[in-house]
Amino acid sequence: MGTKKQNKVKFAFLLDLESAYKTLLRNKIRSLLTILGIIIGVGSVIATVSIGQGASKAIQNSINSMGSNMLVILPGSSSLGGIRSGFGVLPTLTLNDAYAIRTLQAVKTDSGMLGMSQQVIWRGNNWTTLINGANSTFTEIRKWPVARGVFFNRQQVVSAANVAVIGNTAATELFGLISPIGHIILIHSIPFTVIGELTVKGFNAFGQDQDDVVVIPITTMMEKIAGTTWVHAIMVSAKTQKDTVLAQSEITALLRQRHHIPLHKPSDFFVRNLTEIAQAANSSAATFTILLASIAAVSLLVGGIGIMNIMLVSVTERTKEIGIRMAIGAKKSDILKQFLIESSVLSLFGGILGVGLGFAISSAISSFSPLKTIVTTEPIIISLVFSLCVGIFFGFYPAFKASRMNPVEALRYE
Amino acid sequence: MNTGNDYDINNSRNSGEPLIRLENIGMIYKIGDISYEVLKKINLLINKGEFVSVMGASGSGKSTLMNILGCLDKSTSGSYFLEGKDVSGLTSDELAEIRNKKIGFVFQGFNLIQRLSILENVMLPLYYAGLHSKDAEKMAFESLKLVDLFEKGNKFPNQISGGEQQRVAIARAIVNDAPIIMADEPTGNLDSVRGADVMKFFEKINGERGATIILVTHDKNVAGYARRLITVKDGEIV
Ligand SMILES: Nc1ncnc2c1ncn2[C@@H]1O[C@H](COP(=O)(O)OP(=O)(O)OP(=O)(O)O)[C@@H](O)[C@H]1O
Ligand SMILES: [Mg+2]
Repeated sequence: MGTKKQNKVKFAFLLDLESAYKTLLRNKIRSLLTILGIIIGVGSVIATVSIGQGASKAIQNSINSMGSNMLVILPGSSSLGGIRSGFGVLPTLTLNDAYAIRTLQAVKTDSGMLGMSQQVIWRGNNWTTLINGANSTFTEIRKWPVARGVFFNRQQVVSAANVAVIGNTAATELFGLISPIGHIILIHSIPFTVIGELTVKGFNAFGQDQDDVVVIPITTMMEKIAGTTWVHAIMVSAKTQKDTVLAQSEITALLRQRHHIPLHKPSDFFVRNLTEIAQAANSSAATFTILLASIAAVSLLVGGIGIMNIMLVSVTERTKEIGIRMAIGAKKSDILKQFLIESSVLSLFGGILGVGLGFAISSAISSFSPLKTIVTTEPIIISLVFSLCVGIFFGFYPAFKASRMNPVEALRYE
Repeated sequence: MNTGNDYDINNSRNSGEPLIRLENIGMIYKIGDISYEVLKKINLLINKGEFVSVMGASGSGKSTLMNILGCLDKSTSGSYFLEGKDVSGLTSDELAEIRNKKIGFVFQGFNLIQRLSILENVMLPLYYAGLHSKDAEKMAFESLKLVDLFEKGNKFPNQISGGEQQRVAIARAIVNDAPIIMADEPTGNLDSVRGADVMKFFEKINGERGATIILVTHDKNVAGYARRLITVKDGEIV
């Protein structure tokens, strides 16, 4: 009898599982209703986490699309926490500031920026779009190459040439399906030759169409269109991700010196680290995900209470069976084990169905909304383990109650 | 009398100790403030291999006595020595093990588990003895064969007749080769022919296996199969 002991113990567990499975199948509707809480709980955990991960992927993408290690210098007072008098109204930043910044250690390249909404005309078509004055380094800083044609070069910036590079949306509005390269457009009644078209960038985090733009040399913009000597912003690309912090302090020191600001006075500009802002957005998305997931986890607990309730009913219903089992030799631990396995199988099965539901919800969201959800294995494993634990935890009391029954009294139960 | 020792029971070899010895067993049920003395100072000796029948009026305490003998219930006073060992102080798990290994119980109702098949019902004592898989299945089929129900193993209790259910209960009681078989009204639901079959079956396992058999009955003919008759009246053996 003892020779196959190991084998038998292993077999016994499968037998227990099978018998629990059979018991639960006998009452399909009831079992299903019991685990509905678990199914919904796990389903919403999987779905919310997939939304959170999709959102953070989207934020990551927009960080990357913004440009590499980018800093933006804006006029205004940083001590007041923002731009008080409107975006770029204070005339404190000049193109020379931009050229000076270029010499700094941690800075790779820069571009002064001057933006302005203007009507653009090509033959009979007109379209009002953002005209952006920029340096020839624009494509590098913004990681935004041209799709066809070329971007203007340094020479064209120095000479304030009348050349333009057009964004996809503006190009479509003005030219339709015709290639814009080589055509002359009128901006502010001044003719510009379109020399390039930018690749499609899509919408930014604020919902603006980044492709609705025409980029011209900053010098041309300042002299011929805006008629100013100052710029709206200076975009800077730090050498590496780590250098962004160093660049920030270098720029602050340099500009304070150039603007002759005494020590006790606040700066008349401020430096924004866009990567940091994006990361902050990312971490707040993560916080939001954790919040949603914990709400979902609460519904898992509620599901656990449902399991406990049904297990208590089941124990009462099967009092006679428990009595019979005890009478023919079941120990307390045998009865405990039987009901614990039942509740665990129940909740684990709920967990598995819940994972399926989560997949369904998340793929539905992916196909009906712009957000692309991402389901990873981690939340699946965690929620399956969690639902198993819920089954064991909430199944324990009913199982314990069953195991403490008096066999004679249990047998007498009808 | 059978002297074979198939059922090696620790202390029964060395002395003339009887298999079962009851000393002043009393049983009092309390319902609210009123207590009912169901058994009064029962003294009883049963030797190994005996075939004993217990008779008495309804409500006289036969089932109560059987529950105590079968280690299902504990008496409220007195001592019970099984194979010389006092079982009054054992834990519920130790009693469960005794029930599993040494006692086969046929209940007054059939007490089959409805949602398990006939075969699974018969296998259950083996399962709790730690025996699983094919061996247990084989033993259960052997046992069903003895009660002539070999081909009904895959049916469920509600798919067979009352008499067949009783025989399944018997098959379950003997599947573990228990040295003691206790039966409470095993023929109560059977016609006289079937009843006689069951009694002959008990006679057989008493003779061939040397199992000790204790059965409760109202029927004089049934009691006649036993070699010893005990009569219970108002909680006392007379
Ligand atoms: N759990 C209990 N609580 C209270 N009284 C009980 C309990 N069990 C049995 N009794 C009482 O004990 C007495 C004996 O019951 P028992 O079942 O032993 O009778 P019996 O001799 O087996 O009768 P029958 O021949 O009808 O089966 C009865 O009066 C019954 O009411
Ligand atoms: Mg009775």
